[in-house]
Amino acid sequence: MKKIHLILLVLIAVAIAVLLTFLKGASTYDTIETARNKPGKFVHLMAKLDKTQPVEYDAIKNPNYLSFTAIDTTNVSIKVVYHNPKPDMFELSEKLVLKGKYTDGYFDCQEIQTKCPSKYKDDMNAAKKNLQANTK
Amino acid sequence: MEYTGEHLLPGQLGHFFIVLSLVSSLVASFAYFRSSQTAGLSEITDHWKKLARYAFIIESISVFSIFAILFYIIQQHLFEYKYAWQHSSRSLEFKYLLACFWEGQEGSFLLWSIWHCVLGLILIRTAKKWEAPVMTVVSFAQFALATMITGIYFLGWKMGSNPFQLLRDSGVLDNAAALHINMDPSQGLIPDYLASIKDGNDLNPLLQNYWMVIHPPVLFLGFATTIIPFSYAVAGIWKNGGGEWTKLTMPWALFSAAALGVGIMMGGMWAYESLTFGGYWAWDPVENASLVPWLVLIAGIHTALIYKSTGYSLRSTYVFYFLSFILVLYSTFLTRSGILGETSVHAFTDLGMNAQLYLFLYIFIWLPALLAAPTLKEKWMVIGLSVLLVLATYFLKINSLALISCLLGLVWAAYFVSKQVPAVKKEEETSSREFWMFIGALVFFLSAIEIIVKTSLPVINKLFGSSIAPPEDAEFSYNSIQVYVAIITGLLTAFTQYLKYRSTTRSYFWKKMAIPFILSVIIATLILVFGNVNYTRKGPGFQIAIWIAVACAAYAIIANAAYIWLGMKGKLRIAGGSIAHVGFGMVLLGILITSAKKEILSNNLNGIPAPLGPKEDPRENLTLVKDLKVDMGKYSLTYLGDSMHPRKQLWFYKVRFQSKDGKEDFLLMPNAFVNYKGNEGLMANPSAKHYWDHDVFTYITSLPNPDNKDTASFRPSTIKMGDTIFYSKGYIVTDSLQTRGDLPESLFGKDGRLYELPMKIFARTGSIYSVRSKLAFAKGDFVPIADTVTAESLVIQLQKVNPDKTIELGVKESNALMKYVTLKAFKYPFINLLWAGVLVTALGLLISMASRIRRRREM
Repeated sequence: MKKIHLILLVLIAVAIAVLLTFLKGASTYDTIETARNKPGKFVHLMAKLDKTQPVEYDAIKNPNYLSFTAIDTTNVSIKVVYHNPKPDMFELSEKLVLKGKYTDGYFDCQEIQTKCPSKYKDDMNAAKKNLQANTK
Repeated sequence: MEYTGEHLLPGQLGHFFIVLSLVSSLVASFAYFRSSQTAGLSEITDHWKKLARYAFIIESISVFSIFAILFYIIQQHLFEYKYAWQHSSRSLEFKYLLACFWEGQEGSFLLWSIWHCVLGLILIRTAKKWEAPVMTVVSFAQFALATMITGIYFLGWKMGSNPFQLLRDSGVLDNAAALHINMDPSQGLIPDYLASIKDGNDLNPLLQNYWMVIHPPVLFLGFATTIIPFSYAVAGIWKNGGGEWTKLTMPWALFSAAALGVGIMMGGMWAYESLTFGGYWAWDPVENASLVPWLVLIAGIHTALIYKSTGYSLRSTYVFYFLSFILVLYSTFLTRSGILGETSVHAFTDLGMNAQLYLFLYIFIWLPALLAAPTLKEKWMVIGLSVLLVLATYFLKINSLALISCLLGLVWAAYFVSKQVPAVKKEEETSSREFWMFIGALVFFLSAIEIIVKTSLPVINKLFGSSIAPPEDAEFSYNSIQVYVAIITGLLTAFTQYLKYRSTTRSYFWKKMAIPFILSVIIATLILVFGNVNYTRKGPGFQIAIWIAVACAAYAIIANAAYIWLGMKGKLRIAGGSIAHVGFGMVLLGILITSAKKEILSNNLNGIPAPLGPKEDPRENLTLVKDLKVDMGKYSLTYLGDSMHPRKQLWFYKVRFQSKDGKEDFLLMPNAFVNYKGNEGLMANPSAKHYWDHDVFTYITSLPNPDNKDTASFRPSTIKMGDTIFYSKGYIVTDSLQTRGDLPESLFGKDGRLYELPMKIFARTGSIYSVRSKLAFAKGDFVPIADTVTAESLVIQLQKVNPDKTIELGVKESNALMKYVTLKAFKYPFINLLWAGVLVTALGLLISMASRIRRRREM
């Protein structure tokens, strides 16, 4: 066997190992049900804010504590705790991507991504609305 | 129906040229194909070649005309065209009109197409006997790009998206009742609907940056030029499977690497200067997708160099050049199909062209295999299988087949390459230059694979129905691997040039290498000991890897700089390779140091909480109250006030930086779009102070809510002059009242008077403020002019002067007065090393290109 083939094999083995460790460390998109089944594992939860339940946030008492109820498409809900200030447009969001872990009966969230009618995109729907408002 | 005020001619002309470019590029591809079949590799101009040339020239004229017409429409604000309405507005500065042009997908396809035209015209003049086969591929790519902007329905399929679509045909106006007859959306538009559309939708504010004007043309030049090595490789395997073409395509490959590299890093500059990622690189899918073709192209350049000197590695050169263009197409698919939506900060509107984009990629993946097939029977097998697979994917709805069929096309092309391209049987010596160069190329290639597989997660999820999400720290998952790529490539670039092709004796190597090696060890030690490159957040393993990488990068810089003298005897004209390697080492060192030593300056020490965006850490954001000096590291910061752009909702915030040693005093003006187009919140653009060895970089993260109404009212008290009044945070001492009578009668009436009351405010914080409150008596009325002390949230108003010399003073304390900004500030050390490294790399590549063109002329 040529040396170059040997090195090739080693490098490919390393590449495969790298990708496998990546997959092991990779997170998953989960529903609330499946997230409950793997406590302590970092997951992405796709849900939305349950507006029928109270949102607990008092900026004066503790600006870094937000607690609310999230509900997903399968209608399962869960209490979420977020140790950061409340994100902008939180109540207006259509969808939330909650990154964190399930622990002791609640979802310990590290990062909230709010999916709003986007401000970065050239949102054509928003543009249409603007147009309608401006031409009235 | 006739509508008033519309300019329909430009659109009709534009559409005519679109169709013309579509037809002429198809004619050019077919004619060039016939010419290469009949005449083969020859310089004879047969009638097919002649026809093809005319067709390509017509196609180029059409593309340039489309470009000019579309620009005219944008520049004249012809909002009857959807493209102008959607991407521009009247308030836009002239320089950003080009940025509007490439904001849209159609515009960026046009840009790409224009570069292909320029390259094609150059190739017609210079490619000689390779013209026909090479231009077959280029013309066909032009045809594929032309379909992207046609907007024609073809057998019920909408092909492409027409940039000249009228706003009234686009559906945007369908629900705007005011524009319809009888205010009824189900009826037609009113004839003068255009009069109501006064302004466009504007350019996305993030793109209103000068980098956005120049970065896309350079990047697309890089993308476009990758087609030349690709076409030559295809032509090579099609015509004889030899390697003569690698020499011809080398200057192009070097140019492409320079353009693409600079284009990518200009994007990094844009991210650094206008986005708030907090940096120039975020491993964002869009960034990755353009980096990967570059990595593979560099691998191809190195294997082509090996082939030139030794005859090894021709097969891998074929594969790398095929892949770099295919990866450009793949990155187009990724970024244009909207499939990345969830994972990218870049947003691209999905025009519903996924199938077409996929076909573009698919056809070019199978093209090398098709043309490489030696017999007609095999050619029909390739065509049959590729069509069968794509139909199966479409009709059986087997998603995973979409990927498998692409890979199959690549494997088949690789099979033909290995069958038809000769290879040297003898094994390379481990002491030879080619051995280590090949390993370097391979490491680059594997690094590209690692990046593209991770970036393709959303694609993989879609194809296989999995639900893999990015890991907890997505950036680290790249960094933790790529740091080893940096170590290996740094090391290889450092010593490989000191090896000779074929084999090197140990004594020769060490005689030359000794000085640079010892020098590097000393300098790397100095950097590590005194440079304080500490990045402990990810544990000691990663820290050590960074240290090693820093040493390797320093070694790469020194060894290659030394080689210019030791190996090239100082002749810069032929030292392009070494110069490029020095630049690459500088890029590596710059990346390592800036990332490891990035410091957050804005630690929240005054404890004022502010509402922040979801990604901001409250501990790292500092709130500045207007006119109040706040400590931040070696600086004292004062927020001086804001000012607004004359024509749009863009605010500039003046922040004064004074260093505590008194040596520096400068202003930074980060800006932000506030509540832009009815969207709540702010979009911030940073501002930076540049030093030779670091940047201080800041941007706004929070502002007071402008809806905070002032609800507090004045608390009046009647006092004598010289009295003292208390307020919640201190007390006010009044001085004696001054009166002025000599006032212009036209303004103040007959007995006009102006009272002025000087006061001193003693705040509990120890600060003393001097304030003069004024009261005018004009035309029989008292007009108070309030004075504010923002830092104390205090408003004082002299309300009345009584005949008995007592005065009525109103005092108001209001939270709504607090003017503040919250900002985040970083220190970026050695960012200039990175930018300089990019320039030096590009310069080296261009010098190398020039010397190769010169040598070919001399031959």
